[in-house]
Amino acid sequence: MTQTVNSPHFKENARKALDDVFLQQALARSEKGFIERRKAAVEKLPEYDALRDSARDLKDHILAHLDLYLEVYEKNVIASGGHVHWATTAEEANEIILGICQRLNAKTVAKGKSMISEETGLNAYLKKHGIRPIETDLGEYIIQLRGETPSHLIAPALHVTKEQIEADFRRAHTGLPPERNLDEPTSLLAEARAMLREKFLAADVGITGANFLIAETGSSVIVTNEGNGDLTQTLAKAHIVISSIEKVVPTREDAATFLRLLARTASGLDLSVYTTFSTGARRAGDPDGPLEYHVVLLDNGRSNMLGGKFQDMLRCIRCGACMNHCPVFHAVGGHAYGWVYPGPMGAVLTPSLVGVEKGGQLPNASTFCGRCEEVCPVRIPLPKLMRNWREREFELHLQPAAARYGLGLWAAFARRPAIYRATTSLAMKFLRLFGGKGRFRALPLAGGWTRHRDFPAPQGETFQSLWRKRSQKR
Amino acid sequence: MKSREAIFANIRKSLRTGGEDGKRRETVAARIEKHPRGIIPARGQKADRERLEVFRQTVEDAKASIVILGNKDDVPAAVAAYLRSKNLPQSVRHGEDERLSLIPWAKERTLEVTKGASDGAQLASVSYSFAAVAESGTLVMLSGADNPTTLNFLPDHHLVVVDEKDIAGDYESVWDRIRERLGANKMPRVVNWITGPSRSGDIEQTHLLGAHGPRSLHVLVVRSS
Repeated sequence: MTQTVNSPHFKENARKALDDVFLQQALARSEKGFIERRKAAVEKLPEYDALRDSARDLKDHILAHLDLYLEVYEKNVIASGGHVHWATTAEEANEIILGICQRLNAKTVAKGKSMISEETGLNAYLKKHGIRPIETDLGEYIIQLRGETPSHLIAPALHVTKEQIEADFRRAHTGLPPERNLDEPTSLLAEARAMLREKFLAADVGITGANFLIAETGSSVIVTNEGNGDLTQTLAKAHIVISSIEKVVPTREDAATFLRLLARTASGLDLSVYTTFSTGARRAGDPDGPLEYHVVLLDNGRSNMLGGKFQDMLRCIRCGACMNHCPVFHAVGGHAYGWVYPGPMGAVLTPSLVGVEKGGQLPNASTFCGRCEEVCPVRIPLPKLMRNWREREFELHLQPAAARYGLGLWAAFARRPAIYRATTSLAMKFLRLFGGKGRFRALPLAGGWTRHRDFPAPQGETFQSLWRKRSQKR
Repeated sequence: MKSREAIFANIRKSLRTGGEDGKRRETVAARIEKHPRGIIPARGQKADRERLEVFRQTVEDAKASIVILGNKDDVPAAVAAYLRSKNLPQSVRHGEDERLSLIPWAKERTLEVTKGASDGAQLASVSYSFAAVAESGTLVMLSGADNPTTLNFLPDHHLVVVDEKDIAGDYESVWDRIRERLGANKMPRVVNWITGPSRSGDIEQTHLLGAHGPRSLHVLVVRSS
């Protein structure tokens, strides 16, 4: 039971997203904040770019020695009293976690935010087996109430408006007085805090993800601003970490390098409020903490990415900056991408993990503006990787017929420069005549394009004729 | 075990290595043993009093409050004043940390001080931090019998005492101190880095304070004599 892949329907999904009034409101609101907060944080740290270079090199070093760092990590988890479980597939990871929960007679499970658990479809799997998973990150809690999946890596409820959250809370929190005032975001937050506090205290098992795994000490690291990940792991009988194999870093110093980049790039904070390094279970004399500590390490196709064209994608630290700066993401939101990972990083990772047959649509959803690569804290060449997928898709004849024939037609045309020049200059004159200095709100045969954006009327001459004149001047 | 072997085999196949390559092993062992430092921002790299000033600023940037006290004996009055300013009952809970036991709590006659972990019923807790980091206004808490982890997260108000001499410029210096205390590759069950009070940006991306953890964080620095 892995998360269903809905990516082949990207176009339909995008069309629906563009017509979704609530979603468009939510997206319009979020864009500026993310970009400005990151910019301010980066400007405050003169060493930011040097850190990015060293983080890129460090990740490359780790990936080249991944087997050996995983061995050291495993040895140190065991030495500190924890257990390591390996899962090649999502199904296997789910079975391991269910096994632990059943052995502990768990009825409810508190969950910190984990994208890997989204990848495995863990919540649905646990529910099917009679165990109730409760998401505790506020954003995750909201979308769990709505029966949705996250639409963003670090802001899972990005697509939901305040009014929608209020309606969800009134529907779900039936024990509270219906006349209560929930106009302010602070009252929504206070209500969620009170509701979830009871759940934390009652949960039998706590499941979190991991931002990093430290080989040197066998520690798992999570960052949260809410503190939910900490209550999740501190109050339950057992703490289960679900993570993927590429999250391992050699030392605590190396973790510090990535932590200096992660929060700044993600949310504009110097550091997340809570950065938590967990190593094993409760020790002798400890007054609190879980009695068991387990790590489930998922591969799910990642080991195939090593050594190939898409290895660079394994550097990703899941900050979300690429989607925060992506014009396509901001037009259609995260759900349109149809699987777990949205935005540019999702467009590269999804075909790698679920196959180009299912995920091949996503790398086409890019304007290749390059902002994603510009802001990536580990300098992943996202446009290049998307281009690799487009080539692969073309080679495998997976594109829709219209796109293939369209490209063929254009190629035939472009190979005949005289006809190309004559036709483009004619088309330009024609468009200029009707468009003047403005923009087209609608164009015949291009309704799909102009429905959600204006087409600028061409100004001046064609690029080719301008180029020719400029070359002559020199 | 089958999956473990399959994963390692596939990683090695993709990396085109046998795994028993001595040079790769040496590289990995050396990095773990020497744990080289990365790039450390200049921001926190200041001499003592100046570093305290950077810390004060970064703590406030993280939306926590901070007071600087002349010595340990000033802690009870500062705690009482904080509780009063927030209109809270004069009651705090703390762990078995010896440094907290040495504080003359009795000087504040109305202040009730209890000991132990939190079960969620306490409004305010006091912890003694192992270290702090000027670079980002971060407190470093180690779990153990002395400072229960639940005191960091369950009460609404978290008050943390830190000795000025324990304020480092960067995280790396604190890792070295933990190595000194516990041994080369050892960690307590949990190390909590705490930077400001709990918050959430999940409702329309506005940052609100007081999500699941403490709604406010108050730092009490005790100056070195």
